[in-house]
Amino acid sequence: MATKPFFRRRKVCPFSGANAPAIDYKDTRLLMRYISERGKIVPARITAVSSIKQRELATAIKRARFLALLPYAVK
Amino acid sequence: MPLYEHVFIARQDLSSTQAEGLVEHFSTVLSDNGGAIVEKEYWGVKTMAYKINKNRKGHYAFLRTNAPSAAVQEMERLMRLHDDVMRVLTIKVDAHGEGPSVQMQKRDDRDGERGDRGDRGPRPERSGFGGDRGGDRGGFGGGDRRR
Repeated sequence: MATKPFFRRRKVCPFSGANAPAIDYKDTRLLMRYISERGKIVPARITAVSSIKQRELATAIKRARFLALLPYAVK
Repeated sequence: MPLYEHVFIARQDLSSTQAEGLVEHFSTVLSDNGGAIVEKEYWGVKTMAYKINKNRKGHYAFLRTNAPSAAVQEMERLMRLHDDVMRVLTIKVDAHGEGPSVQMQKRDDRDGERGDRGDRGPRPERSGFGGDRGGDRGGFGGGDRRR
């Protein structure tokens, strides 16, 4: 397809770096930013999270879902 | 001794004093078996994201412990058998976070930040998820797929 003239500005993982928030299954506000409107976990290629952090994020989201802090699915 | 975090959810029909009494009860069980409670929190009655045992709300309680695994297993076993407790989650952690957990801190912050949540902060990200029609991000991912 038509390529954009400027490349994607190499976004940084939001969880690496100095003041990065810790990934915590209890922190619903943080986790809600990484699930879609239907409650699905957003892929890392969209949020630019590194692969290690994406795995931690996924386990945190799954724990939060188990505790009913986040939904499994939203219609 | 290994460090653990526990969250359990009790039925909403209990009064809050009864729910806190449950926390005390399990704390004593744990300490009788040789464990130590580092911190305990009661998050109150929260609305759950889905129904558990046909309840929409439940009493949430949070414990941080430093205990041998046998004590934790005993406490967890009793929690799971208890009629009023609906969910139990035990996690082993490398280090306890200091201070009140995020759920308690959010209460203090939330009143100040309620105005901020109204901002467009979260929204722009979400529009990108909807499909490949989003600006940069969608286009890039879409390019790979259509090949």
